[in-house]
Amino acid sequence: MTAILEVRELTKHYGGVRALDGVSFSIAPGELLALIGPNGAGKSTCFNIVNGQLRPDSGTVRILGRDVTGLPSRRIAHLGVGRTFQVAAVFGSMTALENVQAALIAARGAVFGFWRPATTIARDEAMALLEQTGMAGEAERPAAALAYGDVKRLELAMALAGDPKLLLMDEPTAGMAAAERGEMIALVQKLTRSRGLAVLFTEHSMDVVFGHADRVIVLARGRLIADGTVDEVRTDLRVREVYLGGTAAAEAAG
Amino acid sequence: MSLDALLFQAVNGLASASGLFLVAAGLSIIFGVTRIVNMAHGSFYMLGLYLAVTLAPKIGTWIGGPFGFWAGILAAALVVAALGALIEMTLLRRLYGAPELYQLLATFALLLVINDAALFLWGPEDILGPRAPGLSGSVMLLGRRLPEYDIFLALIGPAVLIGLHLLLARTRFGRLIRAATQDREMVAALGINEALLFTMVFALGAGIAGLGGALQMAREPASLTLDLSVLGDAFVVVVVGGMGSIRGAYLAAVLVAEAKALCTALGVVDIFGFTFNMSRLTLVAEFLVMALVLIVRPHGLFGRPQPPAARGGPAEPPLRPFSAPARLLALAAVALFAAMPLIGTLVSYAPVLALDMLVAALFAASLHFIMGPGGMASFGHAAYFGLGAYGTAYAVTALSLPTPLAFATGIGVAAFGAVLFGWFCVRLEGVYFAMLTLAFAQIVWSVAFQWEEVTGGSNGLFDVWPEWPFDSRTGLYLAAFVVTLAGLLLLRRLVFAPFGMALRAARDSRLRAEASGIPVARVRWLAFALAGAVCGAAGGLFAFAKGSISPEAISVGRSIDGLVMVLIGGVQSLIGPVVGAGAFTLLQDSVMRETDYWRALLGLIILAVVLLFPFGIAGGLSRGLRRPGGAR
Repeated sequence: MTAILEVRELTKHYGGVRALDGVSFSIAPGELLALIGPNGAGKSTCFNIVNGQLRPDSGTVRILGRDVTGLPSRRIAHLGVGRTFQVAAVFGSMTALENVQAALIAARGAVFGFWRPATTIARDEAMALLEQTGMAGEAERPAAALAYGDVKRLELAMALAGDPKLLLMDEPTAGMAAAERGEMIALVQKLTRSRGLAVLFTEHSMDVVFGHADRVIVLARGRLIADGTVDEVRTDLRVREVYLGGTAAAEAAG
Repeated sequence: MSLDALLFQAVNGLASASGLFLVAAGLSIIFGVTRIVNMAHGSFYMLGLYLAVTLAPKIGTWIGGPFGFWAGILAAALVVAALGALIEMTLLRRLYGAPELYQLLATFALLLVINDAALFLWGPEDILGPRAPGLSGSVMLLGRRLPEYDIFLALIGPAVLIGLHLLLARTRFGRLIRAATQDREMVAALGINEALLFTMVFALGAGIAGLGGALQMAREPASLTLDLSVLGDAFVVVVVGGMGSIRGAYLAAVLVAEAKALCTALGVVDIFGFTFNMSRLTLVAEFLVMALVLIVRPHGLFGRPQPPAARGGPAEPPLRPFSAPARLLALAAVALFAAMPLIGTLVSYAPVLALDMLVAALFAASLHFIMGPGGMASFGHAAYFGLGAYGTAYAVTALSLPTPLAFATGIGVAAFGAVLFGWFCVRLEGVYFAMLTLAFAQIVWSVAFQWEEVTGGSNGLFDVWPEWPFDSRTGLYLAAFVVTLAGLLLLRRLVFAPFGMALRAARDSRLRAEASGIPVARVRWLAFALAGAVCGAAGGLFAFAKGSISPEAISVGRSIDGLVMVLIGGVQSLIGPVVGAGAFTLLQDSVMRETDYWRALLGLIILAVVLLFPFGIAGGLSRGLRRPGGAR
């Protein structure tokens, strides 16, 4: 099956520092891929190149076979890529339902509509998305008044609005309580299966990663040092060295 | 044109650049540490000049004329610095946590108060200062006489640049300034006395601006219009140089001043058979320099992208259509205004005032469209009012177009201006947006003032009377009523439509809007253009209502009036700007005509609104009228 996302030989320098050094990987439909690595490994750089916020020095990003390297985020969004942020971003002055409606209107390229009230557009589809993310009960509440866990779910519903093929999630469970984290990632996992989505996510919580990811790739100092199933990565010597070395060092420092 | 003429103007340009640099540097330093764009910074420059022309002769009688001149300059700078410290301690301190818009407005209120204080102390006439002792002569350069004082001024800029550099690099105070510019919280966490640092920085910035003004003593008279003209120029310099960069400010000041000097040096030139008087194009030159720099480097020559500033205050409640009581109230108001010609038979003044209110309402609503749903607080909305008014007036007087066509021409001119300026403005956020819009408005104002052939110069255009059936008071009023109502309904419709939703979405979270595929820059640009067009309609109505248009009617003061109307009404309410416009017009009509010092009064009102009612008056009222279930 063709890969939904295919990243080839990404390289990015900041001054003399190599943030990314020849990183390649791909994701198949229905796959939940975790991108992990110690701090400063290049996770954010890699993530931001894929989502269009950064331009690589060399290498290519292909989505559904199409070269999207260096395209702005907005264009990438229209190619079937949904995103969620580490600190969830929603439209605070709108209700949850309106938030999803806004995302649907944007996804359909219907932003330049000047007459019909936006709240009457795509209402049912928006409700359906809220239901899928367990937010139907909060549909009429202003987003600014939602609990943070609900904001994260709302953001997920918005990211799904364009019926994306690929979901990029930057720390999907950051800022959530331990119990919520499990629910959130289980929800993502369920949606991945039912929609045939591919998900690339970064995550600090190893419970989340090793409990739910289909495959894990590990970055260290800008290089890809491991790519495999949860079990393969768990037993990988280089990964153990990078992480345990790091932990030991951090403990010594602390 | 000869090379020596060019060189002569180049030195002249460097002399102007110094004054500009001193103001911009002070503005930049204050912004760097306190994150406040001080709208009253031009006032410090103006005060410096007034104080210098007053103090220099006085001190001269004690210690002898020659010393008096220089002592007067120093004394003026010190007095302005002390005043800066006082203002920081009494006013600005209360604003550091306030939303950006309020900081801008409050410091603008300060500008108004200072201007009227200067009017009270020194009177309306320009005051000429003494010539510089020892530097009153001129030197011969390539067969031209170059004033010695200009050469001295040209050297002052680099001298202050080096002085500031040493201050920032070598002293503890300078290190603290740099540290605070980079990370305010860290400085506070390290136990530095932040309050004292902020006061000193503000005093330093004010003092440098005061020095800049005082130094102009031998070159230009002290005048009450200096505060705004210098502010506009300083904003251009800061935007071009990059906010927070001192050397950027100097380089930009030189670029802008030299571009202007070059135009003056070129004089009248023939291009492809057309004769241009280039010395009239100095403002266009300024604009072109800014445009070129911003296209290549959106954050200025040495600027870095700023993190989006906190808007402050709680998030807006979701927009709701009128509740039943509010709809009734609105209909009653519409009926009242529709019946105004009838009321006019009883109270003849009522329709005149009502017409002013209609124009104000349309103006304020168009500003609110980009400011509220768009989140872009324009400090130069008067530009589009002016373009609409002048476009209409020119079409009537010079082109003799029929009334509806002339009106449409005005709207078209305003829309064109908004499309052109908007392209630059919507790229910027927060204070940058505010500064750039103000600078553009200043340019439009100056063009109206200088382009006599088309705009009638300082007198403006006269006899802008509409034709039948709009030539009667009732005819014009009813036409204005229909136009205003249509404009208000259109804007309201737009806010609820997908376009308005996208605009609000981009305001709430640009990041999420882009990630959802909303073309934020294009949405904002179009909103800016639409607001400009509607504002142009208000300007056109104004020209017909008054029968004339002059630069005075489109000055920065009008931009600020608009902001005050929106603010009185409450930014978060759709009907707010209309209520605010009505209240403001009544207030202006009843109170402000009674006094010569209405600017100071307006300034005090702004300060009161900003400090006491952070959400506007109608903003609070409308919360009670909303449908249940929406807002919490």
